[in-house]
Amino acid sequence: MIKVALIGAGKMGISHLSILGAHPDVEVVGVADTSKIVTDVLEKYSAFKTFSDYKKMLAQVNPDAVFVSAPTKFHASIVNELLQMGKHVFVEKPFCLKVDDGVTLVRMAKDKNLINQVGYHNKFIGTFEEVKRLITGGFIGEINHFTGEAYGPVVVRKKQGTWRADPEEGGGCLMDYASHVIDLLNYIVSPIRKVHGALLKPIYSETVEDAVYALVETENNISGVLSVNWSEETYRKMSTSISINGSKGKIISDASELKVYFKTADCPAGYSKGWNIKYVTELTHEVDFYLRGEEYSAQVDYFIKAIQGKVPNIKNTFESALITDQLIAQIKNNKNN
Amino acid sequence: MDRILFGDNQFFAVNHISDEKSRAQSIKFKEDKTILDTIDIARETGVETFMCTTHDRIINICEMIREQPEKYKQFSIYPCMPYAHKYANAVTELGILGTIKQYVPGNFFGSIFKGGMAVVSKDYISIMELLIDAEMKMFKKINTPVIFLQNVITDLLLGLGMKDILKAFHDYVKKKYDAEPAFITMNMPKLLDVLESAGIENPIICSSINKAGFRMSGGMAVYEETLRTRKLRAIAMQVLGGGAIPAKEAIEYVCSLPNVESILFGASSRQNISQTVSLIHEFDKKYRNTGVVSA
Repeated sequence: MIKVALIGAGKMGISHLSILGAHPDVEVVGVADTSKIVTDVLEKYSAFKTFSDYKKMLAQVNPDAVFVSAPTKFHASIVNELLQMGKHVFVEKPFCLKVDDGVTLVRMAKDKNLINQVGYHNKFIGTFEEVKRLITGGFIGEINHFTGEAYGPVVVRKKQGTWRADPEEGGGCLMDYASHVIDLLNYIVSPIRKVHGALLKPIYSETVEDAVYALVETENNISGVLSVNWSEETYRKMSTSISINGSKGKIISDASELKVYFKTADCPAGYSKGWNIKYVTELTHEVDFYLRGEEYSAQVDYFIKAIQGKVPNIKNTFESALITDQLIAQIKNNKNN
Repeated sequence: MDRILFGDNQFFAVNHISDEKSRAQSIKFKEDKTILDTIDIARETGVETFMCTTHDRIINICEMIREQPEKYKQFSIYPCMPYAHKYANAVTELGILGTIKQYVPGNFFGSIFKGGMAVVSKDYISIMELLIDAEMKMFKKINTPVIFLQNVITDLLLGLGMKDILKAFHDYVKKKYDAEPAFITMNMPKLLDVLESAGIENPIICSSINKAGFRMSGGMAVYEETLRTRKLRAIAMQVLGGGAIPAKEAIEYVCSLPNVESILFGASSRQNISQTVSLIHEFDKKYRNTGVVSA
């Protein structure tokens, strides 16, 4: 059994907690949250031990691994503390608000040989996994351009006062929504390193951007466009999609549907010349426990298996999340408005 | 329960395999009248039960149904609560306390604030009961013989090990609404274990059951074994695997399973509705040795 503790039982935290609670190889040894209501409910109705102070929890329960789903502004200091203590760490996305902090944490995790993972769950979605396979296998040839988009209804009217309205807390669409798209493209295409122009546009928010539009380029000179808007009420929930143009074909994919076009009959098994459509139903790996989407269980399971030495710690590492943080910083610096 | 239940995903742009189809559905069902017309098409094929989320738009649908009591005399709705996006968005915007304040009706919340947090901490079950009442308001005077807890909440509670809350939902629905409490889940075998351990016998459980094994957590074999050997009133949903399985094959699989009391499906067009209904009748004749619609 892997002994796991959780810091921050908010929306993502409580979902991780439920998945951890159902995992056969995990023993949840403690949950820390500053909200009295949250610890009260957990204390009363679950078997989890709760703490209002995570430091006290760590001193008492001695976990092997810790999930950090506290607000982004606390990631760097908490994760640093955990690595010092020799804990394996799963931290929610985005990784760190400051690139320098991320650099330190990547080095620490490496030096101490600790399993590290960040919650970019799209990489565990069947359609995107298949896109990765097609690109890595060179099946659509040399890539010349991509687009990455995400839309959803997070901020659809004027309001203020939540952490989402505070740029110092990572509250804008860039860190919250665009980070997913950037991280996914870094993984599937290649790391995006250059920003040729970016617009960060407020729509309803006064202090943060609600939309991100950017012209970017990867380290191997593939051009791309990012278009991300979280004030899009025509979407029921967040919808992330990518399209990739290559010399031998084209891929359009979102979390549920994959469309692939091959110019010739030279394509992998299960595909043919012209358009091919595959659905997540046939690309999804079964999970033992389902909550909100297979990808959430799959990423937790991957982390646990990495600790057990059953899979390599190569998906969603601190290092890959740092590359995403770096591009986010560049977009902020290069914004044209 | 009826053998065939008509679902609502198609009305609210919930499509598990295509965002494009979702948008097309949003456009098609822009008017509430179109939703009710489609429910009527299902009724023409003998399907008199509509299983739906407590989405805001259902308020209006219920209003239209109440206006024609004679026409909808035989008609039932199985509410599924809560409409999770509503609360998820509210928590993001207002925080947990703000959300409770927004959705828990009446003076109760005022008294919580007067009494301070101690009162809140002792009475979470009462808060849940008030939330159930708030969700049930829209169904006033409509026949709601079965009331469901949505899978996001059921499964969240399941993972957290909060079986007392599952039990409290069960007991309150029985007591206050004289209805059958029921649960939607993506983890049917696990849920059944937990419900039984909470003293709930022969529960109504709606879960994904399809030939593709899609969203059958833990694997098809465990599901089939559970249906064969355990005591539950199963409802099969996502029988078409989100549309990935050819209809005939999909329906034959579900009809051939033992102990599936009802089949839930949603469709937008007259053709798809009547095709699915007649396929169910056809395979029921083959596997159940009966031609009757109700079980």
